[in-house]
This record gives sequence, C-alpha cells and structure tokens, in this order.
Amino acid sequence: MTNNYYFINIIRFALLVLIQVLVFNKLNFFGFINPMVYILFLYWYPIKENRAVFLGVSFLLGMAIDLFSDTMALHTAATLTIAYLRPTIMRFCFGVNYEFQSFKLSNTTKAQQITFLALLVLTHHLIFFFLEIFSLSNLLLILKKVLFTGSATLVLCLLFGSLFSVSKE
Amino acid sequence: MRQIINFIIRYKTSLLYFLLLFIALSFTVQSHSYHRSKFLNSSSWITGNIYEASSSVSSYFNLDEENEKLLEENMRLRKLLFNLKQPDSVALDTAGITYTVLSAKIIKNSYANPRNYITIDKGEKQGVEQDMGVITGEGILGIVENTSSNFASVQSILNTRSSINAKIKNTDYFGSLVWNTSNYNVVQLEEIPRLVPLFVGDTIVTGGNSSIFPENIPIGTIQKFDLNTSKSFYNIDVQLFNDMANLKNVYLINNINRPEILELQLETDNDQ
Repeated sequence: MTNNYYFINIIRFALLVLIQVLVFNKLNFFGFINPMVYILFLYWYPIKENRAVFLGVSFLLGMAIDLFSDTMALHTAATLTIAYLRPTIMRFCFGVNYEFQSFKLSNTTKAQQITFLALLVLTHHLIFFFLEIFSLSNLLLILKKVLFTGSATLVLCLLFGSLFSVSKE
Repeated sequence: MRQIINFIIRYKTSLLYFLLLFIALSFTVQSHSYHRSKFLNSSSWITGNIYEASSSVSSYFNLDEENEKLLEENMRLRKLLFNLKQPDSVALDTAGITYTVLSAKIIKNSYANPRNYITIDKGEKQGVEQDMGVITGEGILGIVENTSSNFASVQSILNTRSSINAKIKNTDYFGSLVWNTSNYNVVQLEEIPRLVPLFVGDTIVTGGNSSIFPENIPIGTIQKFDLNTSKSFYNIDVQLFNDMANLKNVYLINNINRPEILELQLETDNDQ
C-alpha cells in the first residue's frame, strides 16, 4: 500500500515535469501564456505526509522545471513557497476539519477544491512573476501576466484534475 | 542549549523552508550577473538528451519549410560565389581565415520570457565554446553562454541581459541592440544620435565593434523610431528578419582572433 503510494507520486512527478517542459512551455498562447500545470503535483500530494519531505520534494520539482526552462531558480522559489503555505491555504479553504484523519480531498465540495487550487496558482504566479521581472515599476505588467497565465493554468489544472480524478486513491 | 534545540525542533519546517528559499534565491541573484548561470541551465546532459529526443520527433513537422530556407540561402551564397572575381581555391589557405563556422540544430527555443535561452545540439566535443556568435541564414540570433560536452545554451537576443553592437547599414553610426520584452519579433536599437538621417525600412546590421560577430550580418529593418526623453538619441524599433518562434538550423561563428583582442583590451584597461 505505502509502496504503491510512493510509486504513484514518483510517476506523477516525472510525468508532470515532462508534460510541462515538452508541451506547456512551448504553448506560447497569445505569444506569452505558458500555463504551469505542474502545480497539480502540490494539489494532489497526500495531506498527511511529513512536511519536511514535502518541502524537499517541492524544491526538487521546481529545480527540475528550472533546469529545463533556463529560468534560474524562479520556479524553485515559487513552488517551495506554496508548499510551505499549503497547510495555511488548506485551513482557509476547508476549515479545521482538514486536520482530521478521515479528511479526503475528494470528499470536499467542488467550490472548496477550486478555491484551494486557485489560491495555490495565484500565490505561485505572483511570486514567480515578481521574481522574474524583479522590479515594482512593472507592477501592471506583472499583474497582467499573473492574471492571464494564472487563469490559463487554473482552467488546465481543473481539466486535468477531473480527467485524472484522485477519488480512486 | 536545550532551548535552542527545542526552538529548532519546533520551527524545523520553517527553518527548512527558509534555508531552501535562500538557496533558490541565491541561485537566482547569482545568475543575474553575466556568465554566472552555471548551475541551472538546459545544456546539461539529462535535459539536453530529453530535448533532443523530443526535437527529433517534432523536427519532421516543418521539414519542407526548413529545406526551402536552406535552398534559398544556398542560392544566395552561390550567386555570391559565381560573381567572385578571383577563383575560390585561393581562399582554401587557412592562414588568412578570421572566422570559422559550425552548424547546429536548435533543440529547445523559448521567446515568451523576459530572459530567453536557446539550447542547441552541439557542445564542447564538437568545438563549441562560450561567447561564440550564433546566426541563422536570415540574421543574428544570440551568443553561446554555457556549454556541456554535447550541448550548449545560447543567450537569445530576446533576453533583457543581451546587448549587441549594431549599426545602420552602409553607415558607421552604431548603437546597442536590446530587447524590451514586449514583442518577440521586435528588438530595440539605442544610442543612435539624433543627427543621423533615418528612414522606416532601413536595414540594421551588426557593427564592427564586436569581437564576437563579423561586421554586416543582417539583423532587421527599422519599423519605427522616435527621440528618447533626453531628445538627443533615437529609440528605434527593429523588426527582425528571423521569425524567432520558428527556428531550426543555426550557424556558430568563432572569431580566431578573439583571444588576442580580449588580451589587448585587458592590457589597455590595466594600464589606465
């Protein structure tokens, strides 16, 4: 059972990295929108796991994406931050009952799931584009990029989420 | 002591987070300076091989178009060759050669970020070195930044850190070519003084002040121009000859005299 657990996460890690760098990094929708679907890894990652391991895995995930897309360590910093903030975001979305043993993502309402994912995406994109452009004088440009890329990411993540539903686990 | 340990145990997640974030940010800040993006770049063995595998499939899709481009370029070069006054066998003597040329294929191209890098399928084993110029048949593309044994990553001209010496064709007015990230087929030429007569459609080529590119490699045409805020220099938008979103075959240029030029410049700087 636990072996299966690790196995699924490793496969997911590899597939999300590959699909991100080989498909979505080349999308360039309207010239600049490249959705970052690998955030789904953090959305799907088991809740009860050790937080230190989770941070480590997120660091590696961001690093892998950075390595492929020549973006220095921007993805690493953004992914690491949402991994760190995930418990806070979950408490905000699902209330205190996410700490119970019986809590499952598939048991929550659709609205809660979407809020959770949207907050992950929003935080990630804000950090990513702030670091990428690295100046407050371009605030409008940053917000524009966050808005467009973020909504593309959200829509694609929701599609992927319903396609590969986690309800079986 | 015990309190310190207790503190560490209680905040171990936060401490780990800040440690990892610090590592990530130091990578980022470090690679803001020139030639420091050593650790994270797509010319490494594993990323290079994955991109090569993917490119070996996708390269079939626009093979026709690429052949057409190469044929056109050959035609242009043949025309030059046939109209050459002296026989070309004289040029085979390597003593007089300043530039050597290698060919390579792009296996990863990006143009949507503020700092774009291109990965090519040739590396140190094939003779690629840092700071070689990269061009296509149509125009200039970038400068080699990092190399591994079989791959190299190229700093594209679509990169906010790129600055290339360029001039208006048939004149000696030069400026530097930069990119303002807004459009991937338009770059900006700066520092052209206002007394220079300009026309929309004028050709921009590489200048002679660079030890990387030979003079007169085409870059693009003037799309529009206006004076900058100090009213003494022009801001020129240059429409590139290359379609930056659709590139496949590139040439790498190596200036044999570059080490000598650099040494001389360093010596002069030290004397001052």
